[in-house]
Amino acid sequence: MATQVVMPKLSPTMEEGQLSRWLKNEGESVSVGEPLAEIDTDKATMEAQALTTGVLRKILVPAGQTVPLGQVIAIIGEPDEDIADLISKAESGAAGAENKKSIEENVESGQYGAQQELAKIVADGARTQATIQGAPLTSDVGAEPEAGAAGQPPAPPPTSAVASAVPAAQPSGNGQRGDGRLIVSPIAARMAAEAGINLQTLAGSGPGGRIVKRDIETAISNQAQAQQQTAQQPLAEAPAPPPAAQAQAAQPIAQPAPPQQPEIEGASAYRDEPLTTMRSTIARRLTSSIGPVPHFFLTTEIEMDRTAELRRSLNELDKETKISFNDIIVKVAAVALIQHPQVNASFQEKAVRYYERADIGVAVAIEDGLITPIIRGADQKAVGRISREVRELAERARNRKLQPNEYTGATFSISNLGMLGIDEFTAVINPPEAAILAIGAVQPKPVVREGEVMVRQMMRVTMSCDHRVIDGATGAQFLQTFKKILENPLLLMI
Amino acid sequence: MAVITIREALNQAMREEMRRDENVFLMGEEVAAYQGAYKVSKGLLEEFGEKRVIDSPITELGFAGLGVGAAMVGLRPVIEFMTFNFSILATDQIINSAAKMLYMSGGQYKVPIVFRGPGGSAYQVSSQHSQALESWFAHFPGVKVVMPATAADAKGLLKSAIRDDDPVIFIEQERMYGSKGEVPDEADFTIPLGVADVKREGTDATIVARSLMVPIALKAAEELEQQGISCEVVDPRTIRPLDIETIINSVKKTNRVVIAEESHPFCGVGAEISAQIMERAFDYLDAPVKRLSGVDAPMPYARNLEKLALPDVARMVAAVREVSYLD
Repeated sequence: MATQVVMPKLSPTMEEGQLSRWLKNEGESVSVGEPLAEIDTDKATMEAQALTTGVLRKILVPAGQTVPLGQVIAIIGEPDEDIADLISKAESGAAGAENKKSIEENVESGQYGAQQELAKIVADGARTQATIQGAPLTSDVGAEPEAGAAGQPPAPPPTSAVASAVPAAQPSGNGQRGDGRLIVSPIAARMAAEAGINLQTLAGSGPGGRIVKRDIETAISNQAQAQQQTAQQPLAEAPAPPPAAQAQAAQPIAQPAPPQQPEIEGASAYRDEPLTTMRSTIARRLTSSIGPVPHFFLTTEIEMDRTAELRRSLNELDKETKISFNDIIVKVAAVALIQHPQVNASFQEKAVRYYERADIGVAVAIEDGLITPIIRGADQKAVGRISREVRELAERARNRKLQPNEYTGATFSISNLGMLGIDEFTAVINPPEAAILAIGAVQPKPVVREGEVMVRQMMRVTMSCDHRVIDGATGAQFLQTFKKILENPLLLMI
Repeated sequence: MAVITIREALNQAMREEMRRDENVFLMGEEVAAYQGAYKVSKGLLEEFGEKRVIDSPITELGFAGLGVGAAMVGLRPVIEFMTFNFSILATDQIINSAAKMLYMSGGQYKVPIVFRGPGGSAYQVSSQHSQALESWFAHFPGVKVVMPATAADAKGLLKSAIRDDDPVIFIEQERMYGSKGEVPDEADFTIPLGVADVKREGTDATIVARSLMVPIALKAAEELEQQGISCEVVDPRTIRPLDIETIINSVKKTNRVVIAEESHPFCGVGAEISAQIMERAFDYLDAPVKRLSGVDAPMPYARNLEKLALPDVARMVAAVREVSYLD
């Protein structure tokens, strides 16, 4: 099918581009990702890549001409296809305006870059060609929705540097070398793409942590088992809803919790927003000040009486449930994160990544170290369920039975030393997360309320923030919400 | 089916083709009266006479050139090199004349000639007489290169080589003349050039083996079967034109491949096969292609060192385990 080639948006501020030079002539065949033309933008000369494969049938904008964003500059199609309609539509200018609108909408929703990235990746081989054609990819929520396994941005190694402790022992590698590159055999990459498996969640068993075929086979069989279990639940839904559906599901407070909730697996979907100049400068300057992750700390004291009351009631109502303060804290933090997406984020090389879901890592002390199993989509889960999951994960963590995808890829972490009688402490951020909350003990303290000294159950929490992503005020606002809900836990009902 | 040696199979092939076509003749050192240094031409002088079975002087460049000329004017010479080590002297005729004549004459002269003889490693004949030269010849467009590993392949392929209108380098394995195998009895049994043979089917790893490496690969595959690894053994049989499809199909199935060869690794046929697998089946690989070649040194004379210079069953097993990520 003939496709129009439009003046692409090559810089965030680009409104028009000058066609500096065509790199292909009419009649030449082009494939996805191949450079098609050089475009002078307001910033630099960049290459525009073909987003489809075919023959460059018609060049509509000659070199040297400047045209607005979205204008049709050429048509790619089959060698013998009738393109008269497309040409006349292009020449009427109607198509240009339509395209401009659609580009702007895509940029708004964060989709545009993905398409460009995809074209770059596709040039690298048939593997990625298969990747984009493979429908199951949409279920791969950990990847950029369209780019798939091959297009995954390299995440920093998942070190568990929480609460200043020595990181828990990691497997020999997550298919990653020190330079952050994912090492994976070609067939394994292809199988993962076809099965919609997020390679970032796997540990490679090959040399140097290379992810090989058998690792994917294992992951596929684990996935199948998990799906089977889901299918046995009466109201189960598809294990991995497409990103759009998740975005809608991201306001859990307004929705009554169903008796059975969908399984939430894999890493959260996200959108990348390119770094602004100011954000880059802040990142650079603060990094040069302290270490690779410039931490700052915010402490607040929270009155826990009502939460304690809620917890007591819940545990009395049902003898089976043993909800801890921490379970409620996990839920409240997740709910607060959804209200403050700036905190549910991570610093990437050229972007700040905002997650759609709050996946909370819960630090668990184990022999020789600690590990942070993850409650996926804690914002969407009932406290009872969070409680069960935490207990189950912690149990397996202590027995070293966790799968890598159960402890890598959280969006935020909580470390609680309250049960060890610690009043307050600071925790070290678990990169690439942007923050970690250190929870102290809940204990009775004299406080002043309306001019009178009285005794209240108080808890001190300190949030460590990655200053490249979170500023003092944004962090403080998050803590305000967190505190407000814990002091009025009925807010969870609204 | 009759069970015969490779030596007998080659003899039958030549005999049958000489009976079939009077333009076919055999020339080389000691091929007539002595019946061949390895007795491959046994009985041919007796049956076909001195005009068609010709003892040459020790002049490889000379009789190779005579053969090329004869082929250009319509005969079908079979030129025997006592061993392919001596073909080195004749390479000007093979590469500059035989391989290029069709092209340079604008299609006017075809050169239907077979250069045959033993190649590869022999027993304790040292560096100059124990080497694999197939990559030299296979490098050039214009020649076909054939390396049989069984009696049936030897017979069927040599008959096709003699009937082929292009120059064919037909390299027999010096150690394998005595290997026996079943050969079909049918009167006009041939095997087309350029078609690989799957010598053993398997699912976990592919061993691409030719010539002497085929029986070693089959033994390795048996051992690996005991260890729970199912090997496919693909024998290309013809090095050029290479039946890469069969190799690619096997790799697509197994995702892992070991290429075994007697020759030195550098610029060898294994390197070419490896490159083509990378180009055409990259997405199917689970491990880097592994070559198991003869050592990158001249062949030693000492028996113990000679053994170490060539791939053996143990090293082949280890190579397959390596690409299967088992060790």
